[in-house]
Amino acid sequence: MSEHQPLKRPIITLPFIVLSVIALVGLYFLALRFVNGMGFVTNLNSGYAWGLWVVYDVIVGTALACGGYALAITVYVMNKGKYHPLIRPALLASLLGYALGGLGAFIDMGRWWQFYNIFLPWHMNFNSVMLEVGLCVATYILVLFIEFSPAFLEKIGAKGLLKSLNKVLFLFIALGVLLPTMHQSSLGTMLIAMGYKVHPLWQTLHIQPLLAVLTALTMGFAVVVFEASFSAVGFRRPSETPLLAGLGKAIVGLLGAYLIIRFAEIILQGKLGLIFAGDLGSLMFFLETALFAFPLLVLLSPQRRQSGPYLLYAAVSMLLAGALYRFNAFLITYDPGPGYSYFPSVSEIMVTAGIVAIEIMAYLVVVKMFPVLHNADPA
Amino acid sequence: MKRRDFLKASLGGTAALLGSSAEARGNLEPAEEAIGMLFDSTLCIGCKACVSKCKEVNDMPPVPMGDETQYDAALDLSPKTLNVIKVYTAGEGTHKDQTEDGFAFEKRSCMHCVDPGCVSVCPVTALTRHPKTGIVAYNADACIGCRTCMTGCPYNVPQFDYDNPFGEIHKCQMCNQAGVERIDNGMMTGCAEACPTGATLFGTRKALLEEAQRRMTLKPGEIYNYPRGDVRNPDSHHEKAVPEYKQHIWGEKEAGGTNVLHISAVPFDKLGMPPLGERSYASISETVQHTLYQYLALPAIALAGLTYVVRRNNNDDDEGES
Repeated sequence: MSEHQPLKRPIITLPFIVLSVIALVGLYFLALRFVNGMGFVTNLNSGYAWGLWVVYDVIVGTALACGGYALAITVYVMNKGKYHPLIRPALLASLLGYALGGLGAFIDMGRWWQFYNIFLPWHMNFNSVMLEVGLCVATYILVLFIEFSPAFLEKIGAKGLLKSLNKVLFLFIALGVLLPTMHQSSLGTMLIAMGYKVHPLWQTLHIQPLLAVLTALTMGFAVVVFEASFSAVGFRRPSETPLLAGLGKAIVGLLGAYLIIRFAEIILQGKLGLIFAGDLGSLMFFLETALFAFPLLVLLSPQRRQSGPYLLYAAVSMLLAGALYRFNAFLITYDPGPGYSYFPSVSEIMVTAGIVAIEIMAYLVVVKMFPVLHNADPA
Repeated sequence: MKRRDFLKASLGGTAALLGSSAEARGNLEPAEEAIGMLFDSTLCIGCKACVSKCKEVNDMPPVPMGDETQYDAALDLSPKTLNVIKVYTAGEGTHKDQTEDGFAFEKRSCMHCVDPGCVSVCPVTALTRHPKTGIVAYNADACIGCRTCMTGCPYNVPQFDYDNPFGEIHKCQMCNQAGVERIDNGMMTGCAEACPTGATLFGTRKALLEEAQRRMTLKPGEIYNYPRGDVRNPDSHHEKAVPEYKQHIWGEKEAGGTNVLHISAVPFDKLGMPPLGERSYASISETVQHTLYQYLALPAIALAGLTYVVRRNNNDDDEGES
């Protein structure tokens, strides 16, 4: 008997119906995008080549899907086996997040029918950070699928296959740690080539990859805490607070390291004045830094680390911080020069909302059909 | 114990990073026989003959003004416009080539960077720099439409046709793309050929840079014999008093330099040129990328370390459970 079990609840619920309406609206605008062109549904222009779809669906979306990555490091690399119960739901969220991130990249491709060129060796440009991201994300989606497949194999009772898979799974787990380290850092490296268009407070050149991977990890841990707290409340399951408290410690270390490096770069590069410039850049920087600092202050106290609500506040703040860091760098303070402006159109927002709705619906269906969540009572 | 193993493995990785760290890639050098253009803003009279000729050569429609198409009303680069003349005005806007109360013309088209950002960032090699001519060309058959080139171009030159469901990137390819091939056939670019004042000169980057440097040394007010067409073999000349040039040849050094050079009597930031230093962002990006990924050495070392640690920890778990 597996230690994981499907959640015995009805699939069609009121939230599920609401989500499917949002998904349908999103799919309608997505269809318009393919029939009439991207200009018909998006506000993209020559200055802002990347909008909500790239920045949210791909760049923020895959960082939000780093729960599997963060836990794989904790459980398999740091050998903290007690966190094992959290792994499967985290892997599922990662698989869905990355798969839909890949979909987001595809629908944003202006010449989507040629997408496979990125996999053809004679087309590859090994100087391109985008190539590394594309190949790495595609491979990681496969790796996540394999890592999560025991849940499917248990369900259909393929015991032989499951046993063989378990023998080689360590290789995929190792890849599942390496690949996100590679492409999550590269998503930061991508900002270097944009040069002056990226606000100096976010244009950190050589340390872009380090800041990107650190914030991706904090978002990964935050999303694990968030999901566990949420499923405890939403599905009225026993709280996993004692487990989450331990993760809180790791988060404190990551946030501390991130803030030290972030401020050291700003001070050493003489950019401190920009923080107090009183413009949009300094306002966004203050907001972003507050969102990073709040969870650090909350989780520094061992008492508060044991408190479910405090953990949840810290997690939400961290998710917003990591997302805002990416939005600030790629979009909000991004300035291609005078004469260009961008704000997503309603139809553009609806497509993104639809993708998020599909992601949540898929998560709900899978945890109700397959052994994903850990047994509430040890059998 | 296991944690120490991991730390050792990652330290090994860091040592390899520092040891094998690929040498910083400097800016690329100009192609040997780089072809380019020199735009002298002080000679431009804003007639837009170059804009019109560009459309004719590249088979692109004029941009209508309202419903009517009396002349090409293109205001900026677009999927229908690869070359455009823009105007700077300040105050009264009465004096040509004067920063205050003056006006000046500026040509906007691909600068054909010596170290092009678009070429560096394109994942599928749809953008290339010709090894001989230095022309930055585009291949729609390779392009996946990710538009990273647009984010990586300091001049916002590549234009994606968002209104076409099967759109592509449009940019100046120096009239040498398949089907046009003016340079290969010994001709000059359409815009340089059409320019009546020699404001847009054609030639090799080397010859054009020499011409620009010569103009920097001229005394304001003296008469200079300005060439038209190809700087190496001008169609004709005309005499004109030398303006007060700013001592700045745009494209000599900016972000590694460009094959299209600009000179002017009004500072370039007023003409809409971006704030660029001498180092190309492409060279920084590639240095970081190759330090991390040269021969995939670091990822391979990391994977070996991770596999070892994960396997050990996983086996322990099995023993504990059974």
